[in-house]
Amino acid sequence: MSSRDRILAQIRQNKPEAVPLPAVTTFKSDFADTEEKFRETLAAIYTEVIAVKNLEELTQKAEELYKGVVNRATTIPALSAWADFSLNVSDPHELETVEIAIVQAEFGVAENGAVWISDRYLPHRVLPFITQNLAIVIPRNALVDNMHEAYARLQDTLGWGCFIAGPSKTADIEQSLVIGAHGARSMVIFLLEDD
Amino acid sequence: MSKTVMEHAEASEVFNRDEPYVNWHDETLWFVRQKRDKSSRQLPEWEQLREAASGIKHYVLSHLDELLISFEQKAKENGVQVHWAANAAEHNEIVLGLLKKHRIDKMVKSKSMLTEECHMNEFLHKNGIEVIDTDLGERIVQLRNEPPSHIVLPAIHLKKKDIGDLFHEHLGTEAGATDPQYLTEAARQHLRDKFLTRRAALTGVNFAVAETGGFVVSTNEGNADMGAHLADIHIACMGFEKIIPKQEHLGVFLRLLARSATGQPITTYSSHFKKPREGQEMHIIIVDNGRSTQLGRKDFRNSLKCIRCGACMNTCPVYRRSGGHSYHNAVAGPIGSILAPNLDMTKNADLPFASTLCGSCSNVCPVKIDIHDQLYKWRQVLAKEGHVHKSKEIGIRAMSAVLAQPRFYQWSGRLGRTVMRAMPFVVNNALNPWYKQRDMPEPPKESFRDWYVRNRKN
Repeated sequence: MSSRDRILAQIRQNKPEAVPLPAVTTFKSDFADTEEKFRETLAAIYTEVIAVKNLEELTQKAEELYKGVVNRATTIPALSAWADFSLNVSDPHELETVEIAIVQAEFGVAENGAVWISDRYLPHRVLPFITQNLAIVIPRNALVDNMHEAYARLQDTLGWGCFIAGPSKTADIEQSLVIGAHGARSMVIFLLEDD
Repeated sequence: MSKTVMEHAEASEVFNRDEPYVNWHDETLWFVRQKRDKSSRQLPEWEQLREAASGIKHYVLSHLDELLISFEQKAKENGVQVHWAANAAEHNEIVLGLLKKHRIDKMVKSKSMLTEECHMNEFLHKNGIEVIDTDLGERIVQLRNEPPSHIVLPAIHLKKKDIGDLFHEHLGTEAGATDPQYLTEAARQHLRDKFLTRRAALTGVNFAVAETGGFVVSTNEGNADMGAHLADIHIACMGFEKIIPKQEHLGVFLRLLARSATGQPITTYSSHFKKPREGQEMHIIIVDNGRSTQLGRKDFRNSLKCIRCGACMNTCPVYRRSGGHSYHNAVAGPIGSILAPNLDMTKNADLPFASTLCGSCSNVCPVKIDIHDQLYKWRQVLAKEGHVHKSKEIGIRAMSAVLAQPRFYQWSGRLGRTVMRAMPFVVNNALNPWYKQRDMPEPPKESFRDWYVRNRKN
């Protein structure tokens, strides 16, 4: 018998009597102001939230914020004049030199400050991790209160997706918080008003 | 099986030699426990979430076979290759086989307690494979040739100076440097080079979803993603109890996990892997290694609900004052002490006794495992099966003889009080294990019973 069948047989023999799933597994969070809560949560995890009216203002803010930074990458067509780094690489290792990546994501979660980013907008999964600094753009009206609402939106997760909440961090050395472990050293979220 | 390691009590005695260090260890973990409290209290539905999580996991235990089959089928449809391993040896062989097939002799690994449980690094090393742990804490203990001392905070037992010295020796940092920012930067550069040059990456699995065939890996550092997205082959290893029915249930578990572990609202990265990226191979190894046996132990099966947050360790007064290594098991602390005897009763018979049974572990457990009850039950099983130390057994027998006879109990109490008052050196000496790290109390003049009888007469 294969290990698979042996394991399954032993599970069948040893598992407890069937019980149903709990009736309630989702909960509501009623924040007075979802966007305010989102900002607050992200401020606590070292991430600035900047509202921009349109793509023009986004470009302007990006230029201000990352003045002098070379090796810029983006997945947003409107920024293609500013971000001169080509994402048209066949090997993700070539992204190693990216200093700032501005990428589009789908939505954010107010309760924990996480932003959902996935294959839908990313030509290379490693981009948000390998870049030294990360900026994420989400529509201003795409905020949900908590993770239950988030999963209600995520009917299809495609091939890969990730909730990202702030810059990479570690506290493995005497519990001292250090920002910038392996992934991005800084994170900014742009809330884009226009569709 | 012969004893090769120190028992918990002996090992913690060594740990306790440096009192300021033990106090620091205790306070550091308590600080994490307090962050958990603060964070959990921000959710009014916290208790309902725990209830839901426990209920979902109970459903999982009672439908494990069906859920695993569904997961396997979906994963295969997604283009992921699924392997099954009955035990640690088989798991290690599968990993080695995959690496050999691709002629890879260097691999990066993100945190996986399962591979620690299987002693995979050691096995691969013997077979000529270099494994680099990429979680900073794990890299630190790996450079020290130590196992992790905590499932979430692997290097929690070390001081800045220890790490500074270690990095000076291995990574060429300045001698005497202890700044965490500086040391982390050195590790970042050192590990970035590994990420960029390794063709294989291994990760653990926090949750596997039966409905989608996908799995979630949570890290704060981003090391799992750095490894997996750059490597040609991604191997994910999971104990079979990591399965949950539906993707929507992740809402419950992700809200509980990081809050219970470190007090964060969510880990920085919660990566959902479903399909390999183009040109990449993705493998999942589903591991039993004693879990199906534990499933059959009615009193202990709830331990399989564990989501590895480490909350029970941070709160445990024994763990905080004895350190993770005293438990001689990949998973230390209260939950580890329930899981370990299932793997080997002889080798781990001491662990269920490394507890005050105060119940704090059960109170903080996000999936409501009855940890302290199970520790108490293991003691009985182990005693019955003859795995308990002779000295402990004699003590227990003597105690039960005393407690079974009220008159004898009263007489021995009186005798004890008299002796302790007249000749305190009889109990205040190194031969008495109760005298370790504490002073014996001043014996009262009369027992509560005497006082009660006297006062009731009026």
